[in-house]
Formats: sequence, structure tokens, C-alpha cells
Amino acid sequence: MPAQTSKILPIPTPETETYWKGCAAHKLLIQYCTNCDHFQFYPRSICTQCMSRDIEWKTASGRATVVSYTVMHRSVSKAYGDEYPQILALVRLKEGPQMMSHIVDCRADKISIGMSVEVTFQDWTDEVSIPVFYPLSS
Amino acid sequence: MDSLRGKAVIVGSADTKVGVIAHMGATQLCVEAICLALEDAGIAKNQVDGLITCNSMADPYMYHAEMIAEYMQIFPSYCMSIGAGGGTTFTALHHAASAIATGTCNTVVIAMADSLRSGLSRERAMMMQSSSGHPQFESPYGPTVPAFYALIARAYMDAYGATEEQLAAVAVAMRTHAARNPEAQMRDLITIEQVLQSRMIADPLHLLDCSLVSDGGAAIVMMSAERAADMKQPPVFILGVGEGHSHEHISQAHSLITSAAVDSGRRAYEMAGLGPKDMDLAGIYDCFTPVVLIELEDLGFCGKGEAGAFVEEGNIDLGGLLPVNTHGGLLSHCHSGNPGSMFALTEVVKQLRHAAGDRQVSQAETALVHAQGGIMSSHCTLILGRDNS
Repeated sequence: MPAQTSKILPIPTPETETYWKGCAAHKLLIQYCTNCDHFQFYPRSICTQCMSRDIEWKTASGRATVVSYTVMHRSVSKAYGDEYPQILALVRLKEGPQMMSHIVDCRADKISIGMSVEVTFQDWTDEVSIPVFYPLSS
Repeated sequence: MDSLRGKAVIVGSADTKVGVIAHMGATQLCVEAICLALEDAGIAKNQVDGLITCNSMADPYMYHAEMIAEYMQIFPSYCMSIGAGGGTTFTALHHAASAIATGTCNTVVIAMADSLRSGLSRERAMMMQSSSGHPQFESPYGPTVPAFYALIARAYMDAYGATEEQLAAVAVAMRTHAARNPEAQMRDLITIEQVLQSRMIADPLHLLDCSLVSDGGAAIVMMSAERAADMKQPPVFILGVGEGHSHEHISQAHSLITSAAVDSGRRAYEMAGLGPKDMDLAGIYDCFTPVVLIELEDLGFCGKGEAGAFVEEGNIDLGGLLPVNTHGGLLSHCHSGNPGSMFALTEVVKQLRHAAGDRQVSQAETALVHAQGGIMSSHCTLILGRDNS
């Protein structure tokens, strides 16, 4: 546990506070524009498609596909050290938006682009939980 | 407004020593580069009325260009620092050309230097790396800069069937160029095997797929084409310039395999009235090997998915269809951070002056240089020529 506390922790801003509170409750919340029917990530004060401010939070399905990945052999901080090599990925949520994450519970030689994954959460501190994804068995 | 085509020229151009330059700090390297470029141009510092720099990571100042002006006791009427990562250099040149064309100022110096190798502790260097990610939505996952580019490499290989050998061929070509350049940091020839056997950093990128970490700086002097007629050096004309900005963070990129180099390239070609086939050589940003393949395609030198074969066939070597980075590039000449692409620019100036010695591209008349900053985020393309026609 002590090693984890020196990982880089997100510092929420007014636009992102709800998202991080959702993560802490193990819910992946993404924004939905009621005006133009558009999902977006990361959280913003406007809809990037129609500029509307009428944005709601919705709980995402948690399903995603791998857009790209890399098996990292070194990290920015020793805090991540015990967990290397580790899979960094871009995933596209079923609802549309893309996000960066880790792929966990997956051997490095089993990962592939297009793989179906599902969200889970790692509790890094009492307040901060981070969404990561694991492979869905086909 | 009229096109910028041919309005501004480069009349001075110089690099400091590069590689491991432990006896000079980043500010000192920047000032040294300016002194050398002014000397090359035959211009006194009191003639400089425009100054553009980029900030240093090793020796940062809140207002960097003002700091350099103060250090040198230059009193410009146009003064700013620009930060667009590796794309900064040519973006600065775009601003300078506009300032010259509109008469905002007459003689602009663009100077950039940093001491990434000697001026940053390993801890600070890693912190700088993590700060290139989005602080909330990327950095917590602990990515390094190579890992960001590895995401691009993997997507590119998956889309087009490109191979690790094709990525490695870029590193081999850059090293072969560097072997002809006595100023380059890494000059020992390498093989594709050696690239593939070098340590894996972020799969599929090996150590030798990644650019160097260096100290060094470079500067250029620009003025209007009319004023340049009487200068010491033959002018190098800015025939085209274009930018394209698609995102800041890689997780927000709309495509991992086609970049905003398509837009910057199109804008530069349109201004110049020229196309890829008119280029005698190029300077292509090569922070990591896959970037060269994607940029060669996006700038129209070959079709999508064809750059691997294009490189393997020797087309980017001296004597090839399009010699690329004849100085050795970021992979083998040096990479001092934001100033990195300055060296591709000063090399092209040398080539267009027909002063590149052993590595001269014969009858080089027109060249393209392209830089990108962030993680394939901010792109700027320049087309330079020996004459204005």
C-alpha cells in the first residue's frame, strides 16, 4: 500500500468532480448531451458537438474495445514498479468516447486490438479509485 | 491578405555543439546559438528587432524570450516564447514570417536550446515526461512518452501490417546519415538486428526506436526577401508554411494512424504551389521511428501503409528519392527537446546553400521540413527554396 500512495493521483476540478466521485463508488460516469444525443469523455462544461451546456451524467455500460495498447517495460515512477510490465491501452467505450486505461488480468501475449474488455476499479486511496479494464472471455 | 510565399527568407543559421555539453547551461546554449547565427548572417545584435524563443525545461524562465533579450541586452519590438512541443520551431517561423511580411519587425532571430541531458536530474526528467499526459485522465496510469508513441506504433502496425523491421529501418537510415555528420551525437553504424535486439522500452518500441536525450541549441535569422539581397549568405526562401492542430492528449486523438500533418502539409503545398514530387530532400520529425512512416504518408510522399517499404527500398537515404534528415535526425544527431526540429531546419538551410559537404544532396533546390509536437498533436510544415520562382 505505501508504494501506491506515491502514484500520480488525479486532482479533480469542478467539471470532473462528479466523475471521480463516481469512480470512488465504482461507477463509470460519462457525460451525455440531451440536446444532440452525444456522449463525451473527458468531462467538460460544454458539449463538444453542439456547444450546449445541457449535459447529464450517465452510468456507462462499462463495455469497451481495445483501440491500441503497449506493454510498458518502464514507468515514470517507482510507485508503479512492482506492477511492470504493464499494459497501457486506449479503449473505446460502447457509448463512443475513447479513454486511456490499463488492461489488467491479461497476459501480455494475449492482448490484441479489437479485444472486448469491461471496466473494474482499483482503490488507490480512501478517496481515489481508478477505472481499469479486464478482458471479457469470448 | 497576400500569401506569405517568398516574402521572408533565412539569412543566418547555426547550431551549437550538441550531445553532452555539460559545461554550458541551457540559457548559455541559447545565447551561443544566437551569436553564431548572427555571425553567420553578418548582422549586429542591435539590428535585431524581433526575438522568438521556446522555454527551456532545464533552465526555465517565466518570460523566456524577454530573459534572453535581457541577457544579451537586445531591445526588440516583437518578442515572445512559443510552446508547442517539437512543433514549436516551425510555428515560430510561421509567426516570424507573418511579422516580417506585415512590417511588424525587420530582423527576427528564432533561437532555441535546452540541456535535457546535463541539466535535468533523472527524477526531474521523468516528472517532465509524466507532465506530457493529461493530469487526470492519462498521467495516473504512469505512461512514459515512449509508451504514448508505442500506442501509435501498435495501431499503425495493426492497420497496415507494418513490421518492427520497417520501424527499425528508419533508425538505421538516420544512423547512416549521422555517420557522415561529425557533429552528430551517435555516429556508429547500426543494423536492423541491433535495433530489434536493443532493450524493449514500450512494446513495440525498442531503445533504438527512440530518439536521443541531448544538450544543444540552434538559431536562425530571418528578414524580408528585399532586404536580404545584400546579405552575406545566399537567402533561403520560405515558399510555403502550414499548420494543423488536432488534439493535445493522445487519448483524445481522432485517429492514431493519420495525423494533422495532412492539413499542415496541404496548406504548405498550396501556398508554395508545389507538391511532394517537387521536394529534393526533407526534414521529418523523428522522435520515434513510427512517426517518420506516418508523416511520410500524411505529407504525400507515399500512400497510406506504404512508408515501411518506401524506407526499406532506400528512398530516404542519401542518393534516394527523398533523403530525409541528412544530419541524422533526433534519432542519431541529437534531441534537446523543444528545440529538436531546429536542427532539421539548419541542416536544410545548409543543403539549400549547397554547403553540406560530404552529405550534400546534389542539386538541392527545394526542401520540405515538418515538425510535430505533443503526441502527434501540433503539426507545422515548411517548404523552403533556393529561389523564389
